[in-house]
Amino acid sequence: MKKLLDINNLKDHVFDGMSIMVGGFMVVGTPEFIIDELVNIGVKDLTLICNDAGLPGKGIAKLITNGQVKTLIASHIGLNPEAGQLMSAGKMECILIPQGTLAERIRAGGAGLGGILTPTGIGTIVEEGKQIINTNGKDFILELPLRADLAILEGTTVDEYGNVVYTKTTRNFNPVMATATDQVIVGAREIVKRIDPDNVMTPHIFVDYVIKEEL
Amino acid sequence: MDKLQTRNFIAARVAKEFKDNDVVNLGIGLPTLVANFLPSDITINLQSENGLIGLGPKPNEVNFDRDITNAGGQPVTLLEGGMYFDSTLSFSIIRGGHVDVTVLGSLQVDETGSLANWIIPGKMIPGMGGAMDLVTGAKKVIIAMTHTNKGKPKILKACTLPLTAKNQVNMIVTEMGVMAIKEDGIHLMEYNPEYTIEEIKNATEANLIVNEPIKMKVEV
Repeated sequence: MKKLLDINNLKDHVFDGMSIMVGGFMVVGTPEFIIDELVNIGVKDLTLICNDAGLPGKGIAKLITNGQVKTLIASHIGLNPEAGQLMSAGKMECILIPQGTLAERIRAGGAGLGGILTPTGIGTIVEEGKQIINTNGKDFILELPLRADLAILEGTTVDEYGNVVYTKTTRNFNPVMATATDQVIVGAREIVKRIDPDNVMTPHIFVDYVIKEEL
Repeated sequence: MDKLQTRNFIAARVAKEFKDNDVVNLGIGLPTLVANFLPSDITINLQSENGLIGLGPKPNEVNFDRDITNAGGQPVTLLEGGMYFDSTLSFSIIRGGHVDVTVLGSLQVDETGSLANWIIPGKMIPGMGGAMDLVTGAKKVIIAMTHTNKGKPKILKACTLPLTAKNQVNMIVTEMGVMAIKEDGIHLMEYNPEYTIEEIKNATEANLIVNEPIKMKVEV
């Protein structure tokens, strides 16, 4: 399998100051074993884009605790109290974005769009400093696309070409993030010969590397 | 009523608002309890913004699956006919007006239907998660909360905390009553006979329009 990457070689694909999108929702759909390796490597000054801040001791919370995160872009950090403390103490920049806007900004980044117009956040501090555009008599906020250097995703089943299926609620942000970064690394629970073409959720053209999780 | 009875009372009353085939999103906390009181004679499609419709009860040891969770990251089950989707489709459902009712807790609500429930500057910064999208996109927004914060009014003339959304709340359900937010302000539609109208007014900072409210009927 051409795209197979040894976890020990992950270090060749990361660098200080890089931006990384991490799939998962409260750690469900986050490839924990790849996060552990990022902690081992110690790559720092990261900008992470993730739905949330993980849970204490789980998911990207490990990178936050280890002081590797400079900026976190997320929709909800309430279930990881440390993230809020670091934010309040000025030790980590934290940019909070409505969850649907986060998803749609990533989609715009991957789909070649110049931005999206959303009613979410109108009349709140979310609209501050942003362009308001009125279409058909209704106000929308212009939200700009989001992209990153790398995506780290969890695929449940990956085939030898790199096609991906995500099971149940592990899917969440994984497929959209696969479209919006320069490099995509998928942590695979299982590698099979072929996935039924009708069932592919992320086409292999988006996937650069697959790391097999040792179960 | 003790704390749990109060929460169950509010949740049970909210559950009576749903119609057959409604798509409903329940927020974290008190709104989650509404699922325990759904009428058995109608079908409700519970949506969870992390990516499913057909949210079922908590799993037991036999049907536990770590890959099936709700928006709070807690293990749940999927009902027959249910399905999973990704975050972009989930928020197309939410923002696109395909959710009939969303039920959320709140720190403050005001008489223009604005609400604040995502940040207390300098104190608590959990983030908005999906709440801003939900209240903006859902056809009906119900706030389920205790009427006051230890005696301090939460139903105000104007919210003082940063808003989650402007003019989006349709209904408030508390242990004291059911209120509808209309063009001219907050109407007390139903009241809990354990309280006098005067007591309810005193616990509400906003002007409460009282025009022959009926007694709240809730079986917990």
